[in-house]
Amino acid sequence: MQFISYLINGISLGSVYAIIALGYTMVYGIAKMLNFAHGDVIMVGGYMVFIFMVNLGLPAIVSIVLAMAVCTVLGIVIETVAYRPLRGAPSLAVLITAIGVSYLLQNLALLIWGSTPKSFTSVVNMEPLRLAGGQLVITGESIVTIGVCIVVMVGLSLFINRTRMGRAMLAVSEDKGAAQLMGVNVNGTIMLTFAIGSALAAVAGALLCSSYPMLLPTTGSMPGIKAFVAAVFGGIGSVPGAMLGGILLGIIETLSKAYISTQLSDAIVFSVLIIVLLVKPTGILGKKISEKV
Amino acid sequence: MALLEVSNLGIAFGGLQAVDKVDLRLEQGGLYGLIGPNGAGKTTVFNMLTGVYKPTEGDIILDGKNITGKPPATISKAGIARTFQNIRLFGGMTVLDNVKVGLHNQVKYSTFTAVLRLPPFFEREREMRGQAMGLLKIFGLENDAKQMASNLPYGKQRKLEIARALATNPKLLLLDEPAAGMNPSETEELMETVRFVREHFGITILLIEHDMSFVMGLCEQITVLDYGRIIAAGTPEMVRNDPKVIAAYLGG
Repeated sequence: MQFISYLINGISLGSVYAIIALGYTMVYGIAKMLNFAHGDVIMVGGYMVFIFMVNLGLPAIVSIVLAMAVCTVLGIVIETVAYRPLRGAPSLAVLITAIGVSYLLQNLALLIWGSTPKSFTSVVNMEPLRLAGGQLVITGESIVTIGVCIVVMVGLSLFINRTRMGRAMLAVSEDKGAAQLMGVNVNGTIMLTFAIGSALAAVAGALLCSSYPMLLPTTGSMPGIKAFVAAVFGGIGSVPGAMLGGILLGIIETLSKAYISTQLSDAIVFSVLIIVLLVKPTGILGKKISEKV
Repeated sequence: MALLEVSNLGIAFGGLQAVDKVDLRLEQGGLYGLIGPNGAGKTTVFNMLTGVYKPTEGDIILDGKNITGKPPATISKAGIARTFQNIRLFGGMTVLDNVKVGLHNQVKYSTFTAVLRLPPFFEREREMRGQAMGLLKIFGLENDAKQMASNLPYGKQRKLEIARALATNPKLLLLDEPAAGMNPSETEELMETVRFVREHFGITILLIEHDMSFVMGLCEQITVLDYGRIIAAGTPEMVRNDPKVIAAYLGG
């Protein structure tokens, strides 16, 4: 029973990683860049939910929608101001810029909200579910997180595979040049990708802070990096890979906390990254890259 | 007025003048060829016409509109579509979806409509599917619609590229070595397809090809490039007997 409880917590944590990893993987797939500022968009999302819900007293769902709107705009601004001028630049330049944007966001947050942790009120107002005569308790946060994750996955898959904009995104990720010549607006498509990823980051921020109710300017960085590991684990650029990678990583982290060591759990998570990169560099669901000679 | 008027077109990469003073005049509905030895600058001309490269000199006027140096997506909307020398399909997408990407600007609806799955979304998607299937049928690809594009045999991939290009509803279709890697019977079939496309869609076609019997048998007007300059232009008969052309191909 204990094990099942850990497993559910793991899936719940993994769902958050999966939602964040989607942002990484979509941006990588389409713009071929690692947006290391993605984790900090989560943090901004957390603060926004905090402001709307705790300071202004708005209902949770309204707060999340508003936070999503703010993060969407933030994502678009980051893309336009920081990344678009570097389109076609070496990937190292873009990577360093992304790290710069990440520090910029963290320090802006530090300036605005200070370094005192804000205690977050959960966005979920739901009784825990007691099963097996009270032996298995599933928190409302876990249920909502897993539910939201499923909705996001299904919605996103439908959007990408069944709509005109989604197909444009796929086309750009396959061959930017050819997509352009078919009349696809590449900049617009990349912007849409950033918008979706950032909106999802706001959702992830709200869910993350509900389960771990401490909000700091650095709140987003660790989950951000772990979600990046999850994206690589699942195969970066692959949407189902991000889902799978995120959930597996959440389970690995929770189980190692429970059975091995709390302190070592992060080390184990990152060891997973190293092992995956050694054994299967393209990740579980990653495409094989055939080098053209 | 001609459909496409290119005057004094040129591009330099650093010190290398890849294309110099190229003039082209394509009339509506014509079938034109662009030939020349390897490295003559034929694909570079295509790249300038489609906005992949920005010309350093000259003007490109399509249907009275100056499209010189415009980005590829804008030029695609203006009415030029192309295929590639080395096939560039969206390999990881289905055959049907490849054509649907070509229809990107033909059948439109907003992201908002798509997210909320409003009725126009389903209508437009149905319309898109209908048009895409129609194009696939023309090229005999309707039974492969659900296949991944990369799994198609070579000849079908070439056809799919033409179908995808036609989906953008072009006035001018550029074919970059459509017969490359094809055997004589496939080439024969392709000639029929190109003629059919011209008749059926009423568009103008400009093609690059090394297969001389293909070009001579198909095109009404041929332009010959060598070292980035036009060395001859005219009917297949004129070009075939032009001493400068013979010299360019045989050396001398």
